[in-house]
Amino acid sequence: MATTNTAEQPTRRDFLYIATSMVGAVGAVAAAWPLINQMNPDASVLALSSTEVDLTPIVEGQILTVKWRGKPVFISHRTKKEIEEARAVKLSDLPDPQTDEARVKKDKEQWLVVIGICTHLGCVPLGHEGDYDGWFCPCHGSQYDTSGRIRKGPAPANLEIPPYEFASDTAIRIG
Amino acid sequence: MAGHGEYQPKNPILKWFERRLPVLSFMHGSFVAFPVPRNLNYWWTFGAILSFMLVVQIVTGIVLVMHYTPTSAGAFDSVEHIMRDVNYGWLLRYLHANGGSMFFLAVYIHIFRGLYYGSYKEPREILWILGVIIFVLMMATAFMGYVLPWGQMSFWAATVITNLFTAIPGAGRAITQWLWGGYSVDQPTLQRFFALHYLLPFMIVGVVVLHIWALHHVGQGNPVGIDVKSERDTMPFTPYATVKDNFALICFMILFAWFVFYIPNYLSHPDNYIPANPLQTPPHIVPEWYFLPFYAILRAIPNKLMGVLALFGSIAVLAFLPWLDTSKVRSARFRPLFKQFFWVLLVVCIGLGYLGSKPAEGGYVIVARILTAYYFLHFLVILPALGYLETPRPLPASISEPVLPKTRAAAAMSTRTPVRKG
Repeated sequence: MATTNTAEQPTRRDFLYIATSMVGAVGAVAAAWPLINQMNPDASVLALSSTEVDLTPIVEGQILTVKWRGKPVFISHRTKKEIEEARAVKLSDLPDPQTDEARVKKDKEQWLVVIGICTHLGCVPLGHEGDYDGWFCPCHGSQYDTSGRIRKGPAPANLEIPPYEFASDTAIRIG
Repeated sequence: MAGHGEYQPKNPILKWFERRLPVLSFMHGSFVAFPVPRNLNYWWTFGAILSFMLVVQIVTGIVLVMHYTPTSAGAFDSVEHIMRDVNYGWLLRYLHANGGSMFFLAVYIHIFRGLYYGSYKEPREILWILGVIIFVLMMATAFMGYVLPWGQMSFWAATVITNLFTAIPGAGRAITQWLWGGYSVDQPTLQRFFALHYLLPFMIVGVVVLHIWALHHVGQGNPVGIDVKSERDTMPFTPYATVKDNFALICFMILFAWFVFYIPNYLSHPDNYIPANPLQTPPHIVPEWYFLPFYAILRAIPNKLMGVLALFGSIAVLAFLPWLDTSKVRSARFRPLFKQFFWVLLVVCIGLGYLGSKPAEGGYVIVARILTAYYFLHFLVILPALGYLETPRPLPASISEPVLPKTRAAAAMSTRTPVRKG
């Protein structure tokens, strides 16, 4: 059996080394996955998914902040003037172009529901502030309009709309 | 460089031990007989000061953990409990909180020492890169530690910094939620930051061991920046460097004690004595002073992704310094142009720190943009170009030549033990 030609490449032994180390590497990755995935949102966090909000106490011009999935959600009862301001803007003037109609529910345009997290680095913007009557983020100066769209500052995107629906005429369910 | 093996314990038990594990001769070779350049100045004492600060942080940190609760409901109260009820809790917490600032003060001096004297140049590239790694680990540790008291500044610092990762195209949101363990900074985030804040200092210890190993392998640099040529250029670590390090350490401890005992909250923010509120961002959030220059760089750039890249780039560029500086001469003493640019860089970094503490609006943003541009210009354009444009001044023949008087040097040469007389 000692007649194996050593010049012959790759040898049977090379194949075994590579195959063994490949299996070892796959095993290491498989073993690492639970260690990494344990950090993702767990079942108890995922369970906290929906919140119902009664809209009747919110007067025109008021912004209510509710908590959903640990984050603030702004429910803005917009005035006629605020709605008109939001609809008068040309799409080409917006860094993240989106119409106001696309950001509210049909026939419910007085209700704007947005996640109250600045899309820059996650601070909570202040309502009825800034040059556009919308929100102003105190951290790095991003400004949003009455439709929650980014107008000025470092934030790249509009305030996000959470998934929600009208449970009745005066209540919404977020999530 | 360390010549161990020369040391032989006299005590028979130590002799027995030494034959089985030569740790005594190793320590002797590394910290007693280890030859250090005879011209080291006080800027070279910050390595010892930093080692001391690392020990202080680990020791005070371990005892604080005995009283701290890493939950979003209990963390803030447990810190107040440490301050009011635990025996000497106030002292331990103030030592740990101000110790972080002192640690950064010392590391910044240590880094600028390295920049001035060209400590990153051949053959100390790996030594320097290990130092950059320690710096990054320190920043991560300090950030996570700042989150633990779960005050308003803790919470919003955690929110802003973890949101940096949302700038990553595509996977940004998934990565951020993975870091949080939820949809926002909350209990899971606090608990994992606590675990990592406990782990990272020990990783720093590991890298520090490599850092010192690399230092002892290539030998220390020195203010003239030329290599050690003979035994006359060096002195034994003990007592010379030991005493000098200890004297500097005591001076540094006076400063540290002044902060701890007289102005313990000077470097922190009053808002962090308000419990975390996820629904309200404080009107003016700023990081701790040691992050301000990097924060200014982040805010100077109007684009989110580019801002985050500039922030990380401003640290990463340091790791490439050994290859960006093209000059063969190490010490700024012999580089007339580089010396001026060094001081400009220092002023720019302090200026960025000042701007980081100011609101991001109007003139502050414009100046921050200019200084950010200069910061990168210094490392990416000025340093590479200087090596070609600058005519360095003549270097001395040896380390001992400018410091040892000629006659004494000659006399010293004739005896066999000149080194110990320095």
